[in-house]
Amino acid sequence: MPEMRDIKTSKEAVEKAKSAQAKQARFGQDIALDSYAQSAESIDYQRDLSQLPQATKERMLEVGVVTDDKVERSGTIVQMDSSVIHSLTKQDDVEVMSTNQAMEKHGWLADYLWKAVSVDSDKYTAHVELHHSNGYFIRSLTGSKSVYPIQACLYLNKKNLAQTVHNIIIAEENSELHIITGCTSGGKNEPGLHLGVSEFYVKKGAKVSFTMIHNWDPQIAVRPRTGIIVEEGGVFISNYVIMKPVQSLQTNPVARCVGENAVVRFNSILVAQPGSSMDVGSQVILDAKGARTEIISRTITTGGTITARGYIEGNAPEVKGHLECRGLILGEKGIIHAIPELKGQIAGIDLSHEAAIGKIAEEEVEYLMMRGLTRDAATATIVRGFLRVDIEGLPDQLNQELRHAVEASEKDLM
Amino acid sequence: MSGIKENLMEIRGLVVAVGGKEILHGVNLNIHVGETHVLFGPNGSGKSTLLMTMMGSPRYHVTRGSIIFKGKDIVGLPIDERARMGIGMSVQRPPVVRGVKTRDMVAACVGSRQPEESVESMAARADMSDFLDRDINYGFSGGEVKRSELLQLLAQRPDLALLDEPESGVDLVNIALIGKLINDLLQKDHYLRDRNRSGLIITHTGHILEYVSARTGYVLMDGVVVCEGDPKEILETIKKKGYEECRKCAI
Repeated sequence: MPEMRDIKTSKEAVEKAKSAQAKQARFGQDIALDSYAQSAESIDYQRDLSQLPQATKERMLEVGVVTDDKVERSGTIVQMDSSVIHSLTKQDDVEVMSTNQAMEKHGWLADYLWKAVSVDSDKYTAHVELHHSNGYFIRSLTGSKSVYPIQACLYLNKKNLAQTVHNIIIAEENSELHIITGCTSGGKNEPGLHLGVSEFYVKKGAKVSFTMIHNWDPQIAVRPRTGIIVEEGGVFISNYVIMKPVQSLQTNPVARCVGENAVVRFNSILVAQPGSSMDVGSQVILDAKGARTEIISRTITTGGTITARGYIEGNAPEVKGHLECRGLILGEKGIIHAIPELKGQIAGIDLSHEAAIGKIAEEEVEYLMMRGLTRDAATATIVRGFLRVDIEGLPDQLNQELRHAVEASEKDLM
Repeated sequence: MSGIKENLMEIRGLVVAVGGKEILHGVNLNIHVGETHVLFGPNGSGKSTLLMTMMGSPRYHVTRGSIIFKGKDIVGLPIDERARMGIGMSVQRPPVVRGVKTRDMVAACVGSRQPEESVESMAARADMSDFLDRDINYGFSGGEVKRSELLQLLAQRPDLALLDEPESGVDLVNIALIGKLINDLLQKDHYLRDRNRSGLIITHTGHILEYVSARTGYVLMDGVVVCEGDPKEILETIKKKGYEECRKCAI
């Protein structure tokens, strides 16, 4: 039996979810939820992750989740199908546990459910509410600072399962939290669906970096639903990388800067291989004076379809936002559709965007060849450069890990 | 002993077309080992076309003639093979390559050879230390672009350096440094008999000749070499009488 969630969700949330059960998402191909299994067998808790099968550990490592030597991680949580099979924190001032456990432990947590994401956004959020599964809860206590990142893994193993997770991340005032989330499936080319709701609360003066690497299989559909609320002086940095095949991915996280001088950065690296369809956006609502944002996406298609959205809304004085979508079409086929949008509703704001889609410039290839690189090596260097996003505010170690993860997948592109 | 060493680059009857239009109409040029030559000419005369053709850019079609480098006709060889044979080029307006750092470019120039000097030390010489971890040419000023190009060539150590207007866009303070880097690159501190590096420099203003000595100057007009002689003498003539005097010379 799957681990049942003992969440005292409000009647209101349930009602709202029920009303949205048939509500199609605004973007992305519609998915028939009833064609997937709604539950999975319970999987035993693993005290020692190094005992997992080698193939599983390798898949996890590919998305940045270390199982053998966790020296450089402050905490770990792993959910496989519907079961949280491991959770551990090495710091007293950082909580890492399943959402179910957290709901039992903290009565107040109910106040955080469905506040950053609306339960009736669409049929997928409704489904997560109505089909109780699990998810992770990560919370940094006031003033705490995680030495190393916390790692979270969502692993979809069972064939044809609809994996539903509800994650809550809270950075209390003046704390600093770095999270690596790796989402992956078993590498078996079987159908599956991942529905992940993630709600982030970045309190006054807190800082959260969230680095997410996705590595699915060609028949997996993915519908993450993410909301972020950033209070005064808070910083939220999201890095999202997907370079491996997926059937259909649609996500459009919304970050709201509700406190003065809040900062949000979204960096996305998307590679669509033939057969992959991705509709990925980032939205930032600047609701408080002096709030700032930067949205950067780098997209490459080798034959798949990418819609790269970006939306910045300025509703308060002295806000500043910049949006940059750059796309490369490698190969003969493939579509990139960049949709950068800005909306200003008040004087004295500064919003801008730039978008470019193209091929690799011959002039750049020739320039590198003049220095002795072969045409192939020059092309690879340019692609590597294109995907290299130097992320401000990310610890060096995390920046390096991210770069390695990207470089490891670059080989498939050439 | 004449002091003249073996031929490094020999261009014979070179005819080049770009996009179907003939730009060079039969250019001849000889560069021996250790020599520096200078190419003058008005805008659009074909100077950059000649250098890009020597480097091997596929947009420049050699329809007749030959380019013999180290005894081998290199027409048809790709750019990178020419680079590995020992030809290097400082590009007049090099492209920005986002995400590719100056350091990466210098490393590519060193290639698999044993480096004679560290990247940091070379960068310091070119006053480019602060640019190593910046995207190549991104937001670089005119002088910074030229110093970056020369830094790359210092790392590449080509036997023949093709320098396309190394002084253009460079202020007076920087031009002395540019001159010094070119002299280092071309081993100007070596006696001629010990000098193995050669250069071909395009100059529009002739400014660089105040810093770098050259053996032979050419004037290229409308795709033809109309004059060959002492570079400083040619420069003086151009300054006094303009390029039209060179055209008369050709007639």
